[in-house]
Amino acid sequence: MISAPRSFRISAAPALMLAACVGCSDPAAHGTPASVSEKVLNVYNWSDYIQPSVVADFSREYGIHVNYDVFDSNEMLETKLLTGHTNYDIVVPSGAFLERQLQADIYQKLDKSQLPNLKNVDPDVARAVAHYDPGNQYSVDYMWITSGVGYNTADIRARSPDAPVDSWRMLFDPAIVSGFQDCGVSILDAPSEVVATVLLFIGRNPNSNTADDLKAAEQALHAMRPYVRYVDSSRYIDNLANGDICLAMGWSGDIKQAHDRARDAGKGVDLAYAIPKEGAMSNYDILAIPADAPHVRNAHLFINYLLRPEIAARNSNLIKYANTVAASLQPLDPGVRSDPGVYPPPEVRARLTPERPRPPEYQRLLTRMWTRFKSGK
Amino acid sequence: MVAGIPTLWLLVLFLIPFIIVFRISFSEVRLAIPPYTPLLSWRHGAPVLQLHWSAYRFLFTDTLYVSSYLYSLKVAAVSTLCCLLIGYPMAYAIARSDAASRPVLLMLIVLPFWTSFLLRVYAWIGLLKNNGVINNVLMYLGIVHHPLALLQTDFAVYIGIVYSYLPFMILPLYANLEKHDGTLLEAAADLGARPLRAFLRVTLPQSFAGIVAGSLLVFIPAVGEYVIPTLLGRTDQIMIGRVLSDEFFENRDWPVASAVAIVILLLLVVPIMLFQRLERRQLEAAK
Repeated sequence: MISAPRSFRISAAPALMLAACVGCSDPAAHGTPASVSEKVLNVYNWSDYIQPSVVADFSREYGIHVNYDVFDSNEMLETKLLTGHTNYDIVVPSGAFLERQLQADIYQKLDKSQLPNLKNVDPDVARAVAHYDPGNQYSVDYMWITSGVGYNTADIRARSPDAPVDSWRMLFDPAIVSGFQDCGVSILDAPSEVVATVLLFIGRNPNSNTADDLKAAEQALHAMRPYVRYVDSSRYIDNLANGDICLAMGWSGDIKQAHDRARDAGKGVDLAYAIPKEGAMSNYDILAIPADAPHVRNAHLFINYLLRPEIAARNSNLIKYANTVAASLQPLDPGVRSDPGVYPPPEVRARLTPERPRPPEYQRLLTRMWTRFKSGK
Repeated sequence: MVAGIPTLWLLVLFLIPFIIVFRISFSEVRLAIPPYTPLLSWRHGAPVLQLHWSAYRFLFTDTLYVSSYLYSLKVAAVSTLCCLLIGYPMAYAIARSDAASRPVLLMLIVLPFWTSFLLRVYAWIGLLKNNGVINNVLMYLGIVHHPLALLQTDFAVYIGIVYSYLPFMILPLYANLEKHDGTLLEAAADLGARPLRAFLRVTLPQSFAGIVAGSLLVFIPAVGEYVIPTLLGRTDQIMIGRVLSDEFFENRDWPVASAVAIVILLLLVVPIMLFQRLERRQLEAAK
């Protein structure tokens, strides 16, 4: 679960705002049931999670006015969806949340005859997403991501030349992480994902929902907490890039972003991202159409558009996350395509565990435990 | 006819939302639209009322809720007292200043509202943080050698609330003090009272209504304050407004969120009723 902002900012902010505003009107304003021919599409996606010109080009090509709205947490999206009547035509929940929401019957089946570009979808990704949506009937993956270890190569080498940079011991072994306390350590503010990762590290089932396993994870986190400077899901990008922190648990695209930013700044900060050998959690952000979407046909057009290889490549080139379209590798920037942090090789992909949904009672225990962890008590 | 408008106002803006929240607090969570069970269901052609107390019971099974309520009441009480101690002299000074400068002074009190509330609270982060303005100045002057932990403390929350809510204390106090008859103080002086005694015996009792009005205007919203403690406050002790928001958005448990809201209201009923009684008495006195 990505419960915190998919933290990502781009320097082309004016362009982004322009495109995010391709019609800034509130989708809820379109109260009347739309006729089939209404040339409108209401999209609700993660913030800073698309190449803005893609939205503009879609509008131009199909003559469809896009109301593009953004959210920054799965919980926020679900709260809105379960309130009903959102008027959104496309939403992008993460896998574990999609699975929960499918039980509430709030999505409609995709009409695959309107999605010829489904043939471009990477079968491995489709198989992974079928864990959440059996038979891929309701959804198509948009981007997929991993959480791993991001670090400043020079700072780590200076303190510990033989640091196990390919292991979660970097963060969760107190004897090791204590060595990097002085140069700054950060942890994602994503309770479910961090706890799952710790369970993976201590050899338990990462998707366990038992109070006992949660307690074990809390103990492990408690032991390393003194060496953590902060728990946050967005600050670490800038701080890694500026050399303010040297070690972070972070998301693949974010670390890649920090890496590029540091390289462009030219101050000699070199960053690396590793998916640890013990394995890591993977997440899928998935396109789906709410059951009461007013512009179903346009939603299909947009999904089909996003599955064009060159469009998927344009999105990934900007946001540095791996898209679902196998044929998009060709038009991708070589720097993104060959980055094992963005597109891990098969043997690494085999060690990734998709996150599962959490029952409400567990969610509550988790929220409480996380409050204790963050406060360092 | 005239009495109908306030009644309608109360009905639409208070009673109906209250009933909706009250209703949800007696249901249970379910994964559907809406995410809670209906109170009325039909069984064998007859309506069955299903009231669940679980949300309320839950509030007492976990110490989080009780401790957050108590903490919120404490924060609101301390902040109200600080606002009163700072706001009273300011309101008094404005009321005593000459008629020409009063509008300017009042304008200065209201002026901060021209900037977004959120931005002003963010500005306090910049002032209070470890490498923020205050710590940098203190270290430059050599008063401290290590940055003081100012942010994410009770102190920061008090500063934020007092700073943001001070006008709500000053304005009703000013409205009250401004009406005082200055000749009463002259009479007190003629009868031998020193200024302090005259203030305590004449001005202060007369301004009691203003003190109560200002205090309630600060206290009531401060209890449920969400933004200020979230940005400036401690992470190990959260206020009830944050608990409510977490129940709704993180745990997605509408019944418990509603129960939390209803209990806040119950806690505030006493001060709100006092306020209304006072208003009524003032209205009657004005007749």
